[in-house]
Amino acid sequence: MLDHPRSLAEARPLSSGTLLPVELHGLSLEAGGRRLIDGVDLAVEDPGISVIMGPNGAGKSLLLRLMHGLIAPTEGTILWAGTPMNGQIRRRQAMVFQKPVLLRRTAVANIAYALGLRGVARSERGSRAFQALELAGLERHACTPARILSGGEQQRLCLARALSLDPEVLFLDEPTASLDPASSLAIERLLVNAKHRGIKVIVVTHDVGQARRLAQDVIFLHHGRLIEHQPAPRFFEQPESDAACAFMAGGLVL
Amino acid sequence: MLDLAEAFPAALRQIAILDPQLIEIIALSLRVTLTAVAIATVIGFAVGGILAVYRFPGRGALAATLSALMGLPPVVAGLFIYLLLSNAGPLGVLQLLYTPQAMIIVQVILVIPIVAALTRQTCADLLEEYREQLHSLGASSALIVTTLLWDGRYRLITAVLAGFGRAIAEVGAVMIVGGNIDHVTRTMTTAIALETSKGNIALALALGMILLAIALAINMALMGITRLASHFAYA
Amino acid sequence: MAGAFGRRDVLRLASAAFALLALATPVSQAANDFIILQSTTSTQNSGLFEHILPLFTKKTGIEVRVVAVGTGQALKNAEKGDGDVVLVHSEPDEEKFVADGWGVKRYPVMYNDFIIVGPAADPAKIAGIKQAPEALKKIAEAQAPFASRADDSGTHKAELELWQQAAVNPKASSGSWYLETGSGMGATLNTAAGKQAYALTDRGTWLAFANKDDFKFLVEGDAKLFNQYGVILVNPAKHPNVKAKEGQAFIDWLTGPEGQAAIASYKIDGQQLFFPNARPQS
Repeated sequence: MLDHPRSLAEARPLSSGTLLPVELHGLSLEAGGRRLIDGVDLAVEDPGISVIMGPNGAGKSLLLRLMHGLIAPTEGTILWAGTPMNGQIRRRQAMVFQKPVLLRRTAVANIAYALGLRGVARSERGSRAFQALELAGLERHACTPARILSGGEQQRLCLARALSLDPEVLFLDEPTASLDPASSLAIERLLVNAKHRGIKVIVVTHDVGQARRLAQDVIFLHHGRLIEHQPAPRFFEQPESDAACAFMAGGLVL
Repeated sequence: MLDLAEAFPAALRQIAILDPQLIEIIALSLRVTLTAVAIATVIGFAVGGILAVYRFPGRGALAATLSALMGLPPVVAGLFIYLLLSNAGPLGVLQLLYTPQAMIIVQVILVIPIVAALTRQTCADLLEEYREQLHSLGASSALIVTTLLWDGRYRLITAVLAGFGRAIAEVGAVMIVGGNIDHVTRTMTTAIALETSKGNIALALALGMILLAIALAINMALMGITRLASHFAYA
Repeated sequence: MAGAFGRRDVLRLASAAFALLALATPVSQAANDFIILQSTTSTQNSGLFEHILPLFTKKTGIEVRVVAVGTGQALKNAEKGDGDVVLVHSEPDEEKFVADGWGVKRYPVMYNDFIIVGPAADPAKIAGIKQAPEALKKIAEAQAPFASRADDSGTHKAELELWQQAAVNPKASSGSWYLETGSGMGATLNTAAGKQAYALTDRGTWLAFANKDDFKFLVEGDAKLFNQYGVILVNPAKHPNVKAKEGQAFIDWLTGPEGQAAIASYKIDGQQLFFPNARPQS
């Protein structure tokens, strides 16, 4: 449960590893003369699943990429447990994108590839990859060319790959946007499982129902600005901002 | 002029008897071109991959130059190498003129732009798809190059075959640097040129048909590979 | 196929490439003694080399590698040191070659003759004319097609000499009835056959040529059609890479009794093509 964003000095020891809390200070991203992310101040402390929501074009995906270090901000800083974002920190995180990105190899080879990047010995890669496949229920497809799998299976594979890296933070950008309900359910189960294993999950979603099912706290963005950051029950019951109210009511938020 | 209808049976007869000189010429052609393609492939893959992945000043100009060099007239490349390897030229001490090595060198020069340009294109296309994910996974630029090369393997094979096709069929460059010396540097294409000039149309045609058969075999291999690739969604 | 394509795989690929490269190097590089002979396409197309060179190699173990281009190019190549011996047929150019220091000494070797060939229909009616320049004059007057090598070769130079003697400037009609092919003898004959044109050719190439169509000898026997060959060792003082010893051995053989006999024994359809005329060595 989150009352107010605490300052670093008052931070209590957290169970999800040493990367939290993450603090964004005055984060801005400008491109083509437009401010896509505008002065975001945000702190995420607790373990559990944080959900980022907002209308299209609010900057949710960009915020995710900034936090994962894929893009550099124009202004502001991102601190992970007090350390500015760097390559080493990124290697302790993982990300799943909206469209599954898989190499032109078998399913197990895709996971083994990622493990190889993390320095896992060649002899171990196969077994660990297989374990990851089992966790996602894909062990039957181990030797299938990854790109032949269905959309839902591919996304589960991407998630399995991400989880095989033992990340401390897991980012997901609308992971079930184009999936059927059964696949979405499978993905959500894996996320809850990850949460229980102590992985911090930050997921962008459009799906209000999904947000209700998963969220511990909700980060609401609009026009690149942070509008609200609330514990989930409070947000869903009574959003503070007009924009959030309109969004939850299902209207088009301009 | 020898009637086309007469020439074909005569040519087939030449092939059927498996003339040892014919075999020698075919063997030399294959040896020179296969070696050249192997070398050009290693270099071309590296250059193409690096161009696609790394950012450095002049990168765009280099990519454009490579594409332009794909159309380099072989005889111009031949002339250039000839001037280098001639005893009056800077590399004369190597005594490479009129040897199969010189022919390999000039074919390498002709094939590298094709392989490199197609490799660059393939890797650039793949990179668009993979870039963010590979960045997220933490792959270094060098590893990204090798990853793209492997993942693009089917498309790259077609690039190599394109290079092979260009090399095996060219005559101008190998004529100039090889000298078309009997038993030493006479390939299928230079032999065709010579036999035609001697009016030995039947033999020239026989060689031409074999060359055509090789080109056909390459293209069928190409089709087979691309079909296999799509089957596995590896294209 | 699992796993990343790492450095190890690149190394394996590179070593495979180097192995292939090593395969490409001929094993017999050192074992072979050879010289490079810059000569002309007409001589090669006549088939003379296939006849006499094996005899030389059998005797001395020295292989002779022939690079066949036009006379002009053969001499140019030799000036650059890209050959050990030259064998061409254009005396003034050969003398200049030696005078300029590129060659050591010119030895006459053999002669053959040129003939004018043309379609059986013979539109310019030159069959049987004894004087070659007269025949050319009639061709010019009739504006009958004539295929010229136009490639700075010995044959070409001889042809131009004959036009001069006929007081005709064929170049003015280049592209209409005077066809300048810029090619070797065989290619020019192909063009002549295709265009039903007259051509000046050496007897050797003509007899060996397999694409004669219905062409015939029309003019032969004129002393002006005489074609003398000379052989020269490329000057090792100018190009140290020249194999002077082997080259001179070849010249000695060629101008000596065995080489001369070999030349004389070469026949096509019972006709002797080349007539040895080396001066006896002192």
